[in-house]
Amino acid sequence: MSEWTFLAVRQEGAVGVIELARPDVLNALSRQMVAEIVAAVESFDRDEAVRVIVLTGRGRAFAAGADIQEMADDDPIRLEWLNQFADWDRLSLVKTPMIAAVNGLALGGGFELALSCDWIIASAAAEFGFPEVNLGVMPGAGGTQRLTKLIGPKRALEWLWTGARMSAKEAEQLGIVTRVVSPELLMEETMRLAGRLAEQPPLALRLIKEAVQKAVDYPLYEGMQFERKNFYLLFASEDQKEGMAAFLEKRKPRFQGK
Amino acid sequence: MSETIRYEVKGQVAWLTLNRPDQLNAFTEQMNAEVTKALKQAGADQNVRCVVITGAGRAFCAGEDLSGVTEEMDHGDVLRTRYAPMMKALHHLEKPVVAAVNGAAAGAGMSLALACDFRLLSEKASFAPAFIHVGLVPDAGHLYYLPRLIGRAKALELAVLGEKVAAEEAVALGLATKVIPLSSWEEEVKQFAERLAAMPTKAIGLIKRLLRESQEATFDRYLEREAECQRIAGLTSDHREGVKAFFEKRKPIFQGN
Repeated sequence: MSEWTFLAVRQEGAVGVIELARPDVLNALSRQMVAEIVAAVESFDRDEAVRVIVLTGRGRAFAAGADIQEMADDDPIRLEWLNQFADWDRLSLVKTPMIAAVNGLALGGGFELALSCDWIIASAAAEFGFPEVNLGVMPGAGGTQRLTKLIGPKRALEWLWTGARMSAKEAEQLGIVTRVVSPELLMEETMRLAGRLAEQPPLALRLIKEAVQKAVDYPLYEGMQFERKNFYLLFASEDQKEGMAAFLEKRKPRFQGK
Repeated sequence: MSETIRYEVKGQVAWLTLNRPDQLNAFTEQMNAEVTKALKQAGADQNVRCVVITGAGRAFCAGEDLSGVTEEMDHGDVLRTRYAPMMKALHHLEKPVVAAVNGAAAGAGMSLALACDFRLLSEKASFAPAFIHVGLVPDAGHLYYLPRLIGRAKALELAVLGEKVAAEEAVALGLATKVIPLSSWEEEVKQFAERLAAMPTKAIGLIKRLLRESQEATFDRYLEREAECQRIAGLTSDHREGVKAFFEKRKPIFQGN
């Protein structure tokens, strides 16, 4: 018996793969399912052998939004007590590089889940959007914030106000998607990129991720101070000694995450 | 059930026949929707390995049914809501599509033929880029496809002068694959379609994908796409069969995947 109800979780080498596995409901993100996703991501994040985490969806959709039935009768007080978005906040604390392999529709919460990852690799057939506005509401798991920081307020409003769907190509041109690949090769290419990342020095990847996240939120001076500290810190690692020694000896380095 | 078209799968060929012969198969809102649906159905049907679009009666398609055009009509919305979905479905159909142009293809009817991969013309076929005669611009993707088929100069001549192009002239321009005599029309169209249906369908779909990409992508990106498509083709059973048949000195039997 799997410990996961809504997911198929596996590890391939140093890559942890989490597949959303409710294709009959287009992987609609119920609260329970989000909780499971976060738990699976965190368990990979704690595992030193896992260097990269890949999130993808089974079937036609990556995730076509929240479970509307579940929230149709909610009121603000209940939502405050539920505090469901605290689960989403935990995704921001994950240090392992995360890649979303977006196989199809990524709408609403599905788009937010993809935006919570560090890279989005998209099938050419993928589509992104925030249709919440059409239901009289708005994104609640970071959509307005993450999209705006990525593409700027004017363009973010265009998509958030209209609820229109963005093609994979448009998302790539806007800088949201890292790479668009043929649908047939989505997982193969994603695993190839993940495999390449998994060979990079993991401590450097983690501290770089942290510094880039700060760049989005900090003023330049504070960001540069933060970067400097992380730069110094990496000199405490064996990987730094190995990397520089290999460079000087003209050989390939072997990084161990120490 | 479709009312304005006939959709039949015979063997591995899907035949989409525009079926309003009394109105020369002119487009109505319903016909746009039914063609769109049939194209999507053909795309999703694993058994279909070639699509033929043709017209019932003496015309291929007379374009938009002008009897439905009113003073209040928003021509832009007609294109956005009726024609764009149909043309997108055709543009993204990754199987060989043959326009069997049995008679006049006018206006958007000509556009429909231009969007197909092959145009087989009967002796009685003709193209009429008639938009200019009613003070409109060519639509339904017309000027996207036309210069890519015959170059800008000829495309502009056709669009601005609006002269009818007869079958032989269309072949000379590079607008069509060939002209077929009336006596053997149905037989030759069928043979052509069945020949395509017996080919490596996945590879044909990938060729179409790459040709689309070549119009939009930078060279470096195109080469990456090419590598991806060759990787996909290299994984097909048709590729293995082709190589095997080559070494065994026999004709390959392709399954389309």
